[in-house]
This record gives sequence, C-alpha cells and structure tokens, in this order.
Amino acid sequence: MIGLGQFLEVLIGGLMSGVLYSLVALGFVLIFKASGVFNFAQGAMVLLAGLALVRSLDLLVAWGFPLWVAIIFGISFAAVIMVITAWLIERLVIGPLVNQDGLTLFMSTIGVTFILEGAAQMIFGSDAYPLRLFPTDVWLLFEDLFPGGILVNKLDVWGGFIAGILVAGLAIFFERTKTGRALRAVADDHLAAQSVGIPISWIWFVVWLAAGLVALVAATVWGTKLGVQFSITFLALKALPVLIIGGLTSVPGAIVGGLIVGAGEKIAEVFLGSYIGGGIEYWFAYVLALAVLLVRPQGLFGERIIERI
Amino acid sequence: MVRNKLILATAVLSGVALATPAAAQNEQFIPILSYRTGAYAVNGVPFANGMADYYNLINERDGGINGVKLLVEECETGYATDKGVECYERLKGKGPTGAAFFNPLSTGITFALTEKTTTDKIPIITMGYGRSDSKNGAVFAYNFPLLGTYWSAADIAIQHIAKEVGGFDKLKGKKISLLFHDSPYGKEPIPMLEVLAKKHGFEFTPIPVTHPGVEQKSQWLAIRQNRPDYVLLWGWGVMNGTAVKEAAAVAYPREKMIGVWWSGAEPDVTPAGDQAAGYKALMLQHGAGKFPVHAEIEKHVYAKGKGLSEPGKVGEVLYNRGMVNAMLGVEAIRKAQEKFGKKPLTGEQVRWGLENLNLSDARLKELGFEVMLKPIKISCSDHEGAREGRVQQWDGKNWKVISDWYTASQSDTEPLVGDVSAKYAAEKNIKPRDCAKES
Repeated sequence: MIGLGQFLEVLIGGLMSGVLYSLVALGFVLIFKASGVFNFAQGAMVLLAGLALVRSLDLLVAWGFPLWVAIIFGISFAAVIMVITAWLIERLVIGPLVNQDGLTLFMSTIGVTFILEGAAQMIFGSDAYPLRLFPTDVWLLFEDLFPGGILVNKLDVWGGFIAGILVAGLAIFFERTKTGRALRAVADDHLAAQSVGIPISWIWFVVWLAAGLVALVAATVWGTKLGVQFSITFLALKALPVLIIGGLTSVPGAIVGGLIVGAGEKIAEVFLGSYIGGGIEYWFAYVLALAVLLVRPQGLFGERIIERI
Repeated sequence: MVRNKLILATAVLSGVALATPAAAQNEQFIPILSYRTGAYAVNGVPFANGMADYYNLINERDGGINGVKLLVEECETGYATDKGVECYERLKGKGPTGAAFFNPLSTGITFALTEKTTTDKIPIITMGYGRSDSKNGAVFAYNFPLLGTYWSAADIAIQHIAKEVGGFDKLKGKKISLLFHDSPYGKEPIPMLEVLAKKHGFEFTPIPVTHPGVEQKSQWLAIRQNRPDYVLLWGWGVMNGTAVKEAAAVAYPREKMIGVWWSGAEPDVTPAGDQAAGYKALMLQHGAGKFPVHAEIEKHVYAKGKGLSEPGKVGEVLYNRGMVNAMLGVEAIRKAQEKFGKKPLTGEQVRWGLENLNLSDARLKELGFEVMLKPIKISCSDHEGAREGRVQQWDGKNWKVISDWYTASQSDTEPLVGDVSAKYAAEKNIKPRDCAKES
C-alpha cells in the first residue's frame, strides 16, 4: 500500500534530483542556443572543472590555508582553467570550423570530450576525490503528519537554489545584454552575424566560457554528492532526456525538463520498478523523452524551426 | 598521477616486451586485462598496479620463474565485455607459447570468455569473482574462481549477520536487502541468497542499481520505507561510495551495511568521508596493510623507479588484491614447471599447475604473504581452493578487522554448485571429468 507520505517524499526527491540534472543540461542549452552546436563535451567539462577545483582545494588546505581562503582560490583556479579551455576550444577546434555543417561541429565536440577526459585525469589524477562545499544532511518535514516525516536532502535544496540563480542570471544575460543578443544572432546564422560585424570568435569564446562556468557550478554540487571522479561525466547522459523534453534552446526548459525527468523516473522506479524487476529509471527517462518527441519534436519550450524549401 | 603511471606502465612493460628474439624464446607471456580509464578506473588502477608490480618483482629479483622471464602486456577493457573479448582475442596467441592465463577482473567478461578459453585451452583465473558454479572443476576445467566465489561471499555475509543478531535462529523474520550492480556481477549472489533466505526464514529483497550507479535516490528512498535489518552491497566503482552517501542521507545505519569484498576498498569509502564510518565489508582473506612481500617490492621494484603505484597507495586493499592475484598465477606456473620443465609453458600446461596448486602456511611465509592469506589447495573438484573470509569496518580513516575467520559452508553452497554446473554441462554438451582419475 503506497502511503501519501512516501509518495510525497519520492516526488519531492525526484524533483530535487531533476534540478541537479538541469545544472548539467544548462551547459548544453547555452552552447546550442548561442552557436547551434550540440556540445557532447559538457560532461567532460564538469569533470575537468571538478578536478581542477578539488585538487587545488586539497593542495591549499594541505599548505595550511584557512578553508574559506582555499575555497575562494580553488574556485578561482578552476575558473581560470575553464577560461583557458574555452579559449583553446575556440582557437583550435570550433574557430577553424566556422560555417561548417552542424554535424561536423557536433563530431568535433566528441573529439573534445575524449581530449578533456584524458587531459583532466592526466593532469589532476584519476582517483575519487571527496568534496564538501555544501551540507549533505537532511531535513525531516511534516513528522507530525506522516510517520518518519518527509525526507529532504539539504544538498538538493542548495542545488535548486543555485539552479534558480543561474537561470535568472542567464535569462537576463540573453535578453538584456548586447553580448547576449549577439550570441543569439550568431546561433541563427554564423555568416549573417559576421556580415553585420559581430566578432564571431569572441562570441564563441564567451559562450564556451559560460558553459565552462556552468560546468564548474554543476561540479561543486555533483562533486559534493558523488565525490569528484570520472563517473561524473555520465551526468551528460542524464541531461540528454532533460534536453529533449525541455527543448535545446530554452534555459527555463532545461529546468522544467529536469523536474519532469527527475520526478518521472523516481516515481517509476519506486512504485513501478518493484513489479518488473527494478532498475528501470535509467531508461524510463528516455521513454518520457520519446513521448514528448512524438508530440512536440522541438521539446516543450524549444523554438519551432520552419524552413522554406 | 595515476595516468602518468600508465605511461610508466607502458614503458616498463614494453621494456620486457622488446627483448631480443633469442631471449624472447625463454619468456612466459602473461596478459593483464585492466581498466585504467573509465567509470571503474578508480578501482581498476590499484588492482592493475598490484599485479604489474608483483610480476616486475619476479623479473627484477628472481630473473623470472626458474629463469623464464615474464613477458607482460596490459590491455585496457574499460570493464566493458566487448573490449574484454577483443583483448582476449588479441593477446591469447602472444609470446612463444601463447597466454599462460587470463585474469579478466570482470564477471561479465568471464561469462563471455568461459567457452572460448575452454576451446583455446587457456585457463581463466577469476579470484573472488566470476561464475560461482565454476568452482566445479569437473565441468569448468579452465575456470578458477580462486579464494572464494560470490556464493561463498553471500554465505559468509549471512553467517556474520547471524552472529550479530545472536544466532541463525534469530534470522527468521528479519529483512535483508541486496543492493546490487545490475550486471552479471551484481546478480551472481542472488540464487545463493534465495537459498539461504528459504533455509533461515529471512525476507530477501534484491534491489538493482543501473550502471554506473551515480544516481541511487530511488533505491534508498525505498530502503528508507522498507527499513531492512541489513543491506548487503554488491557494488563496484562509483556505486559503492554513492551507496554509502545515500545511506547516510536517509539515515540508514552504516553498521547495518555489509559490502562484498569488491565493495570494501579505500576508494569505496573515502568519497563519503565521515559518513562512511561504521560501514562494513567482507575481506577476500586479506585487507589493507604491508607485509614482508611489500618490503621486497619496495626494495626490488620501487627503489629502481619501476613501481607503478603512488608509494602511499602500496598496501591498500585493491593493490594487495592485485598482488595476491599475480602471485597465485606465478605459483601455478612454477608448479606446472615441476611437471613440464623450466621453460615457457602453454595454457593447457599452466592449467595443470593451477589445478595442482597447494600453498601451505610455510610456502606463503616464504613468499612473504603470511597473515594475508590462509593456505589454498586446488583440486579437480574444487577450483575455488579456499573459502575463508573476515569482516572489516571503516572507522573513518582506516579499515579495521572486526571478526574472526569465517568459512563458507559447503553444505549450503555445494548443492547449488552441483545443480547449476550440471545444468550448464547438459546445455553445452560437456561430459564432466572423473576427478578420481585426474592427477
């Protein structure tokens, strides 16, 4: 018999998990929205940012720096790494491929993925490194109403709070700033944007940097949850159904998609999984995504593209 | 950095591989199927380092096994079955006599290779993993699940729980869940646990976690609701650390979690920090720590700059396990040389060495493994050779041994081994060997 308390707990837990998926999905959306490139390397960027942060943090703490100083310098160091990464990707990979077909650019990001994964582990190590930037204990809510209460993890709440700030910041950036509008123009048509004087190299550097910084934010939350290690790259696979549902071009869509995937997969696993052997949440997210694709191929919030032929 | 060590590994191992043609005729080829990249590298790297360092020790200190140098080559599987099979096909014929044996370090790869290795007459050593029914050497002539199968592990885990609750009779009505990696590895203990649940009257619930195990909230919310008395953890890689963290998040007592021996190494608990304190895991006999063999490795391998591990990690659980695994293979070759001569041997000849391996306390002491291991004696009917284990507990900084030795009960495991291996023999049209006639 399913209790209301259990259902609410699973629902809330799923929604919170979904927000964490959205943190990774946002990086995909940023680059696609601004350059039309599906960035396969986003998961690898989370790994790189996380390793740069945790290794520098550990080193600074070992040298006797106070924790808050180490955190500030650690995050700054990781941000610098993401600046260098964005610059190198623009200079060596994306820049030379300007005006190429979208599929070519997508393939190039697959190459970037493997290079980033290898380089990150070669430079910073391939062990599992613990990271504790946020509290990981829990609140038990409504204990009077439901036996055992409803469990809410503080880390998930932090993740939701951070995602909210990110979405608000990115929305303002895209809608209200000159650079944001230029990003959208480049995404619509590289050549046309160049012809009206938009510096495409600079714009692409900015967008990869923004995606890199979003990856750093995702790494702080997921690193605290899992420890920083190679498996963090698998988060990219969790972000894919989120993107399909929310739409590749919508920042709010990444959040809504995350909520749907998170809640859907958790409810399916807990209440349906036990009847069919369990372990269904991984593919159930893709079932949800396929269902949305059939009804709205551009995703719930994606732009509908109409091309004249 | 570990990746830098991979470069060193290649250099060190290829140093042996580039020996002159004349010398190459007196080399025994040993492949290492490893995973230094991917989701499971955190656990794969220390194991591979332990193996490679031990083979290096034999070459550097002893000049090989009775003068036969070891020619070692690693192949990266990434813990993927398809890549494991590719590695097998690429390496099985290398060296003057082909591969001496394979250690796939993956139950999935083991399932995929079992028929091939029998056809190719190359033994497959699956120390502490692999097919549990392959304990029956009469059917599985080329499989060697040395030191313990997952059915033995399940039996030992239930013995320990029984001890904690005050006896086997107290197990009746208890709830025991198995949180398992949804793969051949994770599924392997289920039949044994079902048998034991029926025998002792506890309620058994298997709960799968999809590869790689980074997201387990659903499973732990279900555990929070069901409140099992114990959770057995059959995870690998990131799944282990995540399980311990999620257990803490739902306030499930870590003292009530018991991991299999592949869920009881340092990388499984360090990401969880203080939250892992109290977590328990089975030991495949040995645990962490340094013993006389480590001093030999430090003297003959690390002092020459040929060690693959970060020095601080020598003596960790998985490093030691890799070393033990390599030692058992080396001793099998040594045993086979007694019968077939001090020369490079074929897989079929090494299989005989494995099946007649008998390491006494005295011999283990000579090898520098005393205290780490109990004696092991392999036979035609018993390819497991030993089925002892202990339980260790993480205190927040180190693993501490908290139990005496347990021996898996053959009265529990043997009927299942007999049934399942007989079914396999019938399916594959294998005529079981008469072990009374084997020597």
